[in-house]
Amino acid sequence: MFKKIGFRLIFAVALTSLVIIGVFAYFNVKSQSSSSISEVERHANQLGETVISSTRFDMMLNQRDRIQQTINSIGTQPQIRDVRIINKIGEIIYSSDSTNINKMVDKRAESCYACHAEDKPLEQISITERTRIFRVHPDSNRVIGIITPIYNAKSCWQADCHAHPPDQKVLGVLDVSISLAEVDKAIAIREWEIVIFALVAIIALGLLIAFFVRRWISNPVNDLLDATKQVSAGNLSYAIKEHGNDEIGKLGESFNNMTKKLSDARMQLFQSDKMASLGRLAAGVAHEINNPLTGVLTYSSFLLKRTKDNAEFQEDLKVIVRETLRSREIVKSLLDFARQSVPKKSNADINEIIDKAIAVIDNQLSINKVKIVKQNETNLPSLSVDANQMQQVFINLFVNASDAMGKNGGTITIKSQRISLSPYGSTQIKKATCPKRHSLMDNEFKIDGLSSLKVKVISDNKEGIIHLDPVYGKHRNVFKHDFKISKDTKFVCPECSISLIQQDKVCPKCGSPVLVFEIEGQGTYEVCSSENSDWEKWDFVDSAGLKEYIEIKISDTGSGINREDISKIFEPFFSTKGQKGNGLGLAVIWGIIDNHNGNINVESEVGKGTTFIIRLPLAQQR
Amino acid sequence: MNKTSDILVIDDEQVIIDAVIKICSLDNYSVDYALDVKTGIEKILKNYYTIIICDIMMPDGDGFQILDELRKKNISSTLIMMTGYSTVENAVNSLYKGAVDFIPKPFTVDELLSSVNRATKYHKIKEKQKQLLLENTIDELLYVSCPVKYLRLGYSSWMFQEREGSVLIGACDLFIKTIESMQEIEFQNIEDEIEQGICCASIKCGNDRVHKILSPVSGRIVEVNKSIKNNSSLIEKDPYFEGWIYRVIPANLDYEIKYLIPCSSDRL
Repeated sequence: MFKKIGFRLIFAVALTSLVIIGVFAYFNVKSQSSSSISEVERHANQLGETVISSTRFDMMLNQRDRIQQTINSIGTQPQIRDVRIINKIGEIIYSSDSTNINKMVDKRAESCYACHAEDKPLEQISITERTRIFRVHPDSNRVIGIITPIYNAKSCWQADCHAHPPDQKVLGVLDVSISLAEVDKAIAIREWEIVIFALVAIIALGLLIAFFVRRWISNPVNDLLDATKQVSAGNLSYAIKEHGNDEIGKLGESFNNMTKKLSDARMQLFQSDKMASLGRLAAGVAHEINNPLTGVLTYSSFLLKRTKDNAEFQEDLKVIVRETLRSREIVKSLLDFARQSVPKKSNADINEIIDKAIAVIDNQLSINKVKIVKQNETNLPSLSVDANQMQQVFINLFVNASDAMGKNGGTITIKSQRISLSPYGSTQIKKATCPKRHSLMDNEFKIDGLSSLKVKVISDNKEGIIHLDPVYGKHRNVFKHDFKISKDTKFVCPECSISLIQQDKVCPKCGSPVLVFEIEGQGTYEVCSSENSDWEKWDFVDSAGLKEYIEIKISDTGSGINREDISKIFEPFFSTKGQKGNGLGLAVIWGIIDNHNGNINVESEVGKGTTFIIRLPLAQQR
Repeated sequence: MNKTSDILVIDDEQVIIDAVIKICSLDNYSVDYALDVKTGIEKILKNYYTIIICDIMMPDGDGFQILDELRKKNISSTLIMMTGYSTVENAVNSLYKGAVDFIPKPFTVDELLSSVNRATKYHKIKEKQKQLLLENTIDELLYVSCPVKYLRLGYSSWMFQEREGSVLIGACDLFIKTIESMQEIEFQNIEDEIEQGICCASIKCGNDRVHKILSPVSGRIVEVNKSIKNNSSLIEKDPYFEGWIYRVIPANLDYEIKYLIPCSSDRL
């Protein structure tokens, strides 16, 4: 369970919130209890002052009974544990607990120590120093005790009893002890409340996080996991149905994309494999059948010759010869299908081939009210193809398109163009030189870890440097000059100051001068000198590496192809034309295009039409 | 060298051999046979045959070995290749290397006999030409060989590249000379596709024989010579100029040209 990403996330969040809420709760309880204690403290202090002032008059008159009575009546209040007055030698002279009267108090006991340390006389001391919290027994309630000194006053030494000399500062102390049972109970309740709150908060937070984690992470990740399992088990048509627009959604989307491409590639591979073995089979069968067929044909035609005077025989034998000749044609078409594996390639203009194909079936198309719209790019480079086979491809596609459009006709649009899927962003310039063959590679200044190309810029006695990205197509160039580039700005080799500007050429995007570099053994590399344009050109790379194609799109306005059928249309013997077709047309087309290292794809929408897209690689021209 | 039979047939299938023997006996040819290339070569070295009919693919070798053997030993037998459709390119190649004809399997009685008859005639003409050369009598012209800039497929047909990228094709005079009592020519139509080594026009003769002119190139017919359509004897009178048959846009000339024999080589 801990291996699950969702659980780990929830656990981490719960742990974090536990720590934060725990610390918060601890300090909260702490401050709550200390404020309640100080409240009690103040209350006790006030009580002490009250007792002293209310008994002052009785003390003056030395009416001990009344004092004792007052103390008793205060001591009966429920919270108050004990009220006592202790004289200067430590004898308890009044107490709400009568058993304590006349007992001596140990001056060195903790409660006295604050004032009597080093026999110092009792002076004005703060309330906290006069307070003590203690338990009478370890298991009894806490008690707060506060000592209030009774100071000597003029009225004391002038009173009739003359009990106190005037130089004595403190006459005794009043000690009030109040039980903290109520306060402690309140604090305990508060503690519980906080703990319960914290637990509820953590659980609620956990559940909430769990909900969102499940919704945003666990479920989509599980979907992805299921999908990868399906794909690894070979089900390449599996797609993740719902995906949001977050990163996992994007992952799912690209996963779907990937499986689609994979399944396309597998289909192509499967198809070429199947075609190859089918071709071998067809050739084998045809070859084997040809010999017995020769026997049948020769003997039957021989008999036909020998029985010229027997009309009855002639009739039957003619049927045998006719049907054998038909078998010969079937075998021939089977062999045509098998033979496509070896294209007889020569250079040809694809547009010319298209035109020828149109010319062949022009009549048929106009009878079927089919209009042809050509959007062919002129001056396409010639392709090394088997012109016959390619023509067969186009004728078949036109006939299919015409069939798909039925009696009412429609439009076939043919579009040929050169498309360049150039190796942008991957090829690195390793050695660039100026026309005087000085190296322009700068090993000091690297762009993304690769040595850059260094160009000096000079304008009105100011100098700057441009570092060019060595990766073709990335264009992460760095411009180090603090002046504006003008018409008179020079771009030169840092070593020999020869100009690097390509004569008679400007950037097709922004019209700025174009810099040109010689790349050892790999032609020239051109790049726009302006910071604002990303134009660059490296013919050598552009023309190399089978990245250029001629694309021919053939679209019709016909009935379209069903989704279920679309994956099968290139399979041999698959036909929607019933008795009319043999189901080999598109399979043959597929085989031909495959043999030319090209690829053919189909896009179709039922009721709207079908587009076949053929891509043929341009040969490497060096 | 003994002459025991007119024809040697080499094929690994007994049924084909039997059929060839049966058919050829209709026109009174005597036929010997071999079931493999090795026995075939032995027989060729031992006996002289006017015509050798040979399957192009056999378990122990191919028809090209027989051709090589004939050339090496300077044996003047004419060779007809038999082939399945899958090896049309091989068949065209065999024409380039010296076979006079090829017969696609399966074939009918008439297809085989017309080919054998032509081969016999061809053999006769060539033998006579050889004799004339020995006698040093050049005055008698047996046939007109094709003009210098022309290319030919075997001895059957020729093609000539025009400036516009199209080619003219027609039948060689020697081919016409091997045909007896020509009656009519059957043409294909404009816009039809023709293929190198496959029949592009048929010449019908008496006795039901049909002689097929094999196309020297693949392509699309853009014009059929009207004058030859109206007057088929023109092909006999002027086979190389007025007697052209089709104007063709070649489909794959660069590739196919390697199987065509330049007519200039005939003049040496």
